[in-house]
Amino acid sequence: MVYEKVVQTIAEKLECDAAGIGMGTVLADLGMDSLDITEIVMCLESDFNIEIELGEGMNTVSDLVSVIEGLVG
Amino acid sequence: MKSSYRHHYTIVSVNFPEKVTKIFRENFRNLESVFGTNVLNSKMEAKMSFTITGTGMYVPENIVENSDLEKLVETDDEWIQQRVGVCRRHISIDETASEMGYKAALAALQNSGTDVSELDLILAATVSCENVSPSLACKVQNLLGATCLAFDINAACASFIFLLETAAGFFARGTVKKVLIIGAEQLSRIVDWTDRGTCVIFGDGAGAVVLEKGEDFLDSTLTSVGGEDVIKIPHYSGESPFWKREPDRPFIHMAGQETFKFAVNAICADLKLLLSRNGLSFDDVRHIVPHQANKRIIDLAAARLGVKKEKFFLNIENYGNTSSASIPIALDEMRRAGMLQKGDLLLMPAFGGGLSHAACLLRW
Repeated sequence: MVYEKVVQTIAEKLECDAAGIGMGTVLADLGMDSLDITEIVMCLESDFNIEIELGEGMNTVSDLVSVIEGLVG
Repeated sequence: MKSSYRHHYTIVSVNFPEKVTKIFRENFRNLESVFGTNVLNSKMEAKMSFTITGTGMYVPENIVENSDLEKLVETDDEWIQQRVGVCRRHISIDETASEMGYKAALAALQNSGTDVSELDLILAATVSCENVSPSLACKVQNLLGATCLAFDINAACASFIFLLETAAGFFARGTVKKVLIIGAEQLSRIVDWTDRGTCVIFGDGAGAVVLEKGEDFLDSTLTSVGGEDVIKIPHYSGESPFWKREPDRPFIHMAGQETFKFAVNAICADLKLLLSRNGLSFDDVRHIVPHQANKRIIDLAAARLGVKKEKFFLNIENYGNTSSASIPIALDEMRRAGMLQKGDLLLMPAFGGGLSHAACLLRW
């Protein structure tokens, strides 16, 4: 559920096909810079009603999914 | 600890019996002690505020293009434009913040037709003045040959709204008739020119406005969230032979992602609050004049608020982020371009170190 939401959020932001995004996708490879990642994080914060600590180690789809899963329990 | 100071000029003053007022005051105090916040809703007369009667700006002649920065740090024009929205900035080679502030002040005084001798108060803000003391306000007072009260306020990039709010207090007390407001920055002296993440963002310059008694500062919201993890500008640490701690480098330090998030959230929350409190929608507002921090911040705030980007006035491409000077510079450019008509409603959100954020609703 978290994974699907993360992929959907990224696909909407980049206006691209969600099928091209997987667990191992590196966000920078999608052309995202740190502010794009922050924007995605802010969307996901609203969707899951959580607060995500920004910083290092948010490089892949998998990183985002595991941080969110850790927060939503 | 979060401390908010808000007031609402549109509340109509109603005379409650003393008993009711007393109960309200006591309960209000209890609420404060429970939530640990300090929220003030003052019942001010709607008429007691000010009108902006003049604007002025000054930027140094020397222009540094993005291509010039490619020679200093590993960066390129495309990256800077895409990342921050800046194409060029004015960088001082021999003028200080107070000298720039003085020139902006002269322009604002001339535009409003105000003589220096008429000023009752000079309020200024800066994070990059050549002196800690005298204050920027006192330096400009001296250069102008004024004799009125003069002092500074520090809310970093949010300062302009804090200055207007402070001025509104003086107008409400009836102690001033004409006030000069100045934001002046020589940020190039506190930028780390080896840090490509920050040195591309900032510029030098000054903006000023003249305020006179009026009814056009309609509402405002000001918030302080103390902390230095997101934005910090340490002072020169001195040369004390007794000091044991590692000195901080006296440059602008910013956590880019956190700053971005803080700024977008601040703009959205403050503008929504001002509109809802005044029964207005974005359609009623002619222009939003934000602190010019980063184009990406404005783009995302506009998208989240569902407002067309064109409603936000942007000139960051030509000046970079000039901190306390950015909104008065924007107002002066807009006035000279004929974009401001009497009666236009403006929203002005600002945010920065402190952390501080604020916004006001103003009628031109």
